[in-house]
Amino acid sequence: MKWEVVIGLEVHTQLTTQSKIFSSASTAFGAAPNTQTAVVDIALPGALPVMNKAAVEKAIQFGLAIGAKVNQRSVFARKNYFYPDLPKGYQISQFELPVVEGGAITINVDGVDKTINLTRAHLEEDAGKSVHEDFHGLSGIDLNRAGTPLLEIVSEPEMRSAAEAVAYAKALYSLVTWIGICDGNMQEGSFRCDVNVSVRPEGQKEFGTRREVKNLNSFKFIEQAVKAEVQYQIELIEDGGKVQQATVLFNPDTGETRAMRSKEDAHDYRYFPDPDLPPLVISDEWVERVRSELPELPAAMQARFVEQYGIPAYDAATLTASKALAGYYEATVAAGADAKLASNWIMGDVSATLNREEKDIVDTPVSAEALAGLIRRVSDNTINNKTAKDVLRKMWDEGVTDPNGADAIIERDGLKQETDTGALEAIVDEVIANNAKSVEEYRAGKEKALNALVGQCMKASKGKGNPGVLTELLKQKLA
Amino acid sequence: MLMSLSLDDVRRIAKLARIAVTDTELAATQQQLNKIFTLIEEMRAVDTTGIAPMAHAQDVHLRLRDDVATAPDRRDAFQAIAPAVENGLYLVPKVIE
Repeated sequence: MKWEVVIGLEVHTQLTTQSKIFSSASTAFGAAPNTQTAVVDIALPGALPVMNKAAVEKAIQFGLAIGAKVNQRSVFARKNYFYPDLPKGYQISQFELPVVEGGAITINVDGVDKTINLTRAHLEEDAGKSVHEDFHGLSGIDLNRAGTPLLEIVSEPEMRSAAEAVAYAKALYSLVTWIGICDGNMQEGSFRCDVNVSVRPEGQKEFGTRREVKNLNSFKFIEQAVKAEVQYQIELIEDGGKVQQATVLFNPDTGETRAMRSKEDAHDYRYFPDPDLPPLVISDEWVERVRSELPELPAAMQARFVEQYGIPAYDAATLTASKALAGYYEATVAAGADAKLASNWIMGDVSATLNREEKDIVDTPVSAEALAGLIRRVSDNTINNKTAKDVLRKMWDEGVTDPNGADAIIERDGLKQETDTGALEAIVDEVIANNAKSVEEYRAGKEKALNALVGQCMKASKGKGNPGVLTELLKQKLA
Repeated sequence: MLMSLSLDDVRRIAKLARIAVTDTELAATQQQLNKIFTLIEEMRAVDTTGIAPMAHAQDVHLRLRDDVATAPDRRDAFQAIAPAVENGLYLVPKVIE
């Protein structure tokens, strides 16, 4: 039987506020346990929550960025359950009336665009952390994270493969970091994914029973967890079994998913509107102000790059992967680099070196202006491509930010390309004399032999020869 | 139709709320809760066609505060009344699965 996979995601994004969603305690990561808690966060009796305006504004930004409806009126509700990292006995969340409804995100898998619709996004508070090291058979509780503002973003079950789920998560990640509502630090838990997975026979209308994989904090884990779940569910059904709705955990060490011990009452949260918090009202003026301050979004910037710089759509998509990368590209072109060459260099050597050194573009030691200086010397044939790669390496190691830094290195290390035909002719003559076999093969019609000869000439010129000029000279002399 | 709770419903609600209700208290609790349903039933008789439901008893908006972290560290004071603490953590019965 052919099976169809159905996936929906719930993503918890931690919002980049200074203070918590309902208290004025700091949200900074990594402080000593319980030093960033206010009376509201530890639920002292009588302490009342007061809503953080910035958290609301970030939710509005997100709603506008995905073309969703920002509700003029939304309601906070209590989600009731008992767990030690939640001292109130309930989490303040939104249930019937969330702040954001609808919207969509476009993903691209294997060159094909697909629109994923979103159900909703709602504001809520994070819980604290349990530390399970052994405290004489007890657990330790740190409430620094309790009350950190979260925007939970819920998609429709419209993804049909692990690749689509990952593409969606990445597109969402890129968007929330782009508009700056989330710092995107996945190790610190700023972007956590719950993935709902089910399978059904192809062509069947009804969804199968889903299992929810909780708390995935890397794109790789999303892919592995979905694949493990799909395999588990299909095998179970084909063996005559039935999928039971469950919450499961993914173990990255074994690559397996495991159902959490089911708590029979786990899903009976008895939501009701929180009497401590009257409805959140968002005026049209507020929404319009946020709209006017929204940065150019990735999709719009991609289209502009193609239009303005005449680069291929693939380049534009790659360069707009992050705001910082796009900014670096634009600065390079603005400093006088050819638009397509700048794209090649940034997607090529610059990105490769960053990857190798596990650095982000914001940490690149070579400024956009300095890179433009290097690219100009490639454009005007002062150096060839191979030499340019070496110069970039030196600029990288020396941390060159001066716009004329490349020129200084070319001058200092004597790397200027030899275009003087007289000098090159001497080299060509010598190479022809010393490589009789290749010369013979070329004359016999083997085009490839010419490449070998050009290579010899480049070597003899210590990499400074212009390969175009050398090829022409060889052809003339061997004609 | 009047909704009413069975004794099993009452047991379940008590369990979810972590309230210990003894068997002798059960019937009285059931009666009290069912009285609330009777009250709701009376209110249902009012025609509310075309009226938007309220989420709060008062017609007020949520007050918003500026995003400034001003709360001081009062861990010592907070933990002075906690039954058990160690290394700055509150200690509770083990909760891991």
